[in-house]
Amino acid sequence: MLAVRNFHVFRGDRHVLRGVSFDLAAGCCLQVTGVNGAGKTTLLRALCGLVDVEEGSLLWRGAAIERSASAFHAELGYLGHDAPLKADLTGRENVRYAVGLRRPLAAATVVRGLERVGAGAFADRPVRSLSAGQRRRIAFAALWLCGVPLWILDEPNTNLDTQGQALVAGLIEEQLAAGGLVVAAVHQELDLPPGRRVDLVIPGGR
Amino acid sequence: MNPPPAGRASWATAGRLVLERDLRLAFRRSGQLVQPLAFFAVITLLFPLALTPELARLREVAPGVLWIAALLSSLLALEFLFRDDAHDGTLEQFVLSGQSLTLLLFAKTVAHWMLTGLPLAVMAPVVGVALGVPLQALPGILAALALGTVTLSLVGAIGAGLTLGVKRGGVLLSLLTLPLAVPILVFGARATELAIKGADYAGPMYLLAALAVLGLTLAPLAAAAAVRIGLE
Repeated sequence: MLAVRNFHVFRGDRHVLRGVSFDLAAGCCLQVTGVNGAGKTTLLRALCGLVDVEEGSLLWRGAAIERSASAFHAELGYLGHDAPLKADLTGRENVRYAVGLRRPLAAATVVRGLERVGAGAFADRPVRSLSAGQRRRIAFAALWLCGVPLWILDEPNTNLDTQGQALVAGLIEEQLAAGGLVVAAVHQELDLPPGRRVDLVIPGGR
Repeated sequence: MNPPPAGRASWATAGRLVLERDLRLAFRRSGQLVQPLAFFAVITLLFPLALTPELARLREVAPGVLWIAALLSSLLALEFLFRDDAHDGTLEQFVLSGQSLTLLLFAKTVAHWMLTGLPLAVMAPVVGVALGVPLQALPGILAALALGTVTLSLVGAIGAGLTLGVKRGGVLLSLLTLPLAVPILVFGARATELAIKGADYAGPMYLLAALAVLGLTLAPLAAAAAVRIGLE
């Protein structure tokens, strides 16, 4: 469903990605690994169209995707290093505004999302008073509620406790079982059935 | 448990949510809201102290004073337009929302105007009185400032987008925006001057309105392109 052909990306004059290619079928997870600075984040951001791709093409459902294609963006959810939340709003408000941009959203649906990630207890506190792990859970609630087929996750387990990591693993499994796709940059391997996992190692150290 | 089935949010809903969110955020951090207004009041009220307490002479410089103060305090406020959203990743999520970035940034700019330009225009008659402006000129001054600040916010959004990637971009932002703001300053001050003299100020007001229309149609597109570049 998602295919990348020969991606070349420069950051400044550094040639970060040198010909990355992969194919990802529905219900599969691409696990991206590599040393620090190898270009994992750059690859994820290039998939989203947040970084200019020098050469190469991206295919989604068999069609080539231009950068800033809003139909493609409507089908993907990106969660980077830091949870994209407003510190002065509560978790509930953050979810409402972030997800409401994408889909019609009832208050009860927001509650379901927050409870799914175990954030019900602290959903009405301003995000600035929450721990990094709690913020991450709220960001996952927003991602889950978007209901998009493609998730792009940058180190999804950062800052999460053991329960939180289990929760994320569960969310990823559900997403795959529903026929969705996940692209995740990780340091620790994800625990997934072999048939569902595609590995991509970005050579680094330059 | 799968997430509830999703439809697409309409562009009107998306725009309204962005506007509502920005207004709510501004009232949670009211310090940022008051700053440009206090700056505007301080500049204008320093003139009677520094120049002369004679109302007849103050009245002559009032248009220039009001507009330069309005321009400077708008520039001060512009820095906050996209900075926080760029910092916490909200702008990236805007780009990836599947909605038109132009529309979302336009909604942000409208919110910004409602929080800076509009209060400035409302405050202008008050400080105008301190500068010896006759009462019958006050509605004209309010209208000219309200119209002029719309264009200032729109033009400023382009500059704010372009300076996203720059640390401490405040000075650069001012340098980028000032040349584009000159026509607004010229026509706005002229309209104010005519209003104070009791003359017909429709001419410069039409020109201000024309600039606002030009800004409304083109600036959001340019701002969206600028933000895409600035986010890289």
